[in-house]
Amino acid sequence: MLRVTDLATDLIGPISFELDPGACICVQGASGSGKSLFLRALADLDPNAGSVRLGGRAREAFTAPEWRRTVALVPAESGWWDETVGAHLAREPDPVPWLDALGLGAAPGWEVARLSTGERQRLALVRALQTQPSVLLLDEPTAALDAAATHAVEALLTARLADGMSILLVTHDPAQAGRLGGQHFRMDAGQLEAIG
Amino acid sequence: MIDYVILGWGDLAAASVFLVLNAGLSIWLQLGIERRLALSALRMVVQLLLVGLVLKAVFSIANPWLTALVALVMIGFAAREIRARQERPLAGIWGWSIGGGAMALAGLFITIYGLSVAIRPEPWWQPRYALPLLGMILGNTMTGVSLGLEALTGALKRERVAVEAQLLLGRTRAEAFRPQVRRALRAGFTPIINAMAATGVVSLPGMMTGQILSGVAPEEAVKYQLLIMFLIGGATGLGVLGAVLATARRMSDDRHRLRLDRLGPARPGR
Repeated sequence: MLRVTDLATDLIGPISFELDPGACICVQGASGSGKSLFLRALADLDPNAGSVRLGGRAREAFTAPEWRRTVALVPAESGWWDETVGAHLAREPDPVPWLDALGLGAAPGWEVARLSTGERQRLALVRALQTQPSVLLLDEPTAALDAAATHAVEALLTARLADGMSILLVTHDPAQAGRLGGQHFRMDAGQLEAIG
Repeated sequence: MIDYVILGWGDLAAASVFLVLNAGLSIWLQLGIERRLALSALRMVVQLLLVGLVLKAVFSIANPWLTALVALVMIGFAAREIRARQERPLAGIWGWSIGGGAMALAGLFITIYGLSVAIRPEPWWQPRYALPLLGMILGNTMTGVSLGLEALTGALKRERVAVEAQLLLGRTRAEAFRPQVRRALRAGFTPIINAMAATGVVSLPGMMTGQILSGVAPEEAVKYQLLIMFLIGGATGLGVLGAVLATARRMSDDRHRLRLDRLGPARPGR
């Protein structure tokens, strides 16, 4: 279980909540309400205060790289540092089943510069899944996707939830929370509150 | 044993005729550079005359502490120049200390090494050898360090998303920063590599030219030039490496974050 107590940065918080294995939290909120900063603080990518524990173990007991492989963040804007898609994917575990599930089986040979925004989003999700995280933090994972691609991503996420992975998802789509069977939260001026 | 043509003030005035002509052309063609041309020429004249007087005094007094003081002033000016050439230097004392410190350590170490192992004047700190040597080494190291640091901070700022993508996949800061660090090192090394490749073919180096003009046999002047280039290359390499690696470290923290917030504000007018 992910247990967060009084998580805060200069701009957001304090935020407290719990996320069980296999559970999903959907966060909505206006632009600029601090949703992305909240996810960055959870991934320890910005300096932050408060207590974050996973399965009873404090975040400080993990090295930062270990923590980010365990609590993996896929930001809204994905980053690329090499020319081909394949250079951004690990060899193990095999990415092909996930790529196939998202309709991107041929992507490893593609050039990054020619990817669409939606392709980048889905490929960034696959490479994050390859770190085999316990908790997945997603920032608008289906923002640039059509209905069919959104459905494929949600099916993949539902399967991961059934395997016990937890998901914390920022979305603008109120129906998405329902489809993933998650709890609703709202972010407002850096504060997180449960709704419904 | 003076074997060179002593210049008179009239000779200098004659040599400056065409610079004055350039200023006239600027006025005629309305280029608007005559003021800056005149000011920088005047600045050069004053600076060089002063430095001539200072060096004359320092050479004749030949005191180690005075020599060290002059070296310290040179280092101070060079450290200031490194920071002034950055678009966004590190905030606070770090903007001065990392670039200036790496340059000073590399420059002093290599200068003292060159003096005590290769040139061996008696005593080793004799200002007539130590100060020109330090000046040439510092000047080149300063250029390399400022180019390397500018390349590093610029790349980390521009490529934040790509760097953080690697961090988010559980890579260490060393792994995530590697592309930017490598490019910064290359940028810092480029001037000295280019200078070594072109020297003697495209341009005769200034120091060698000076020695030849003052009557030193060309093959002896070449040996001096090679010595200087080896020392400059060594100092530039050490200085750039130290400054870039230390700055990369300061741009991150022990939780492997990219800390762009540690850069100072953008400096207007650059």
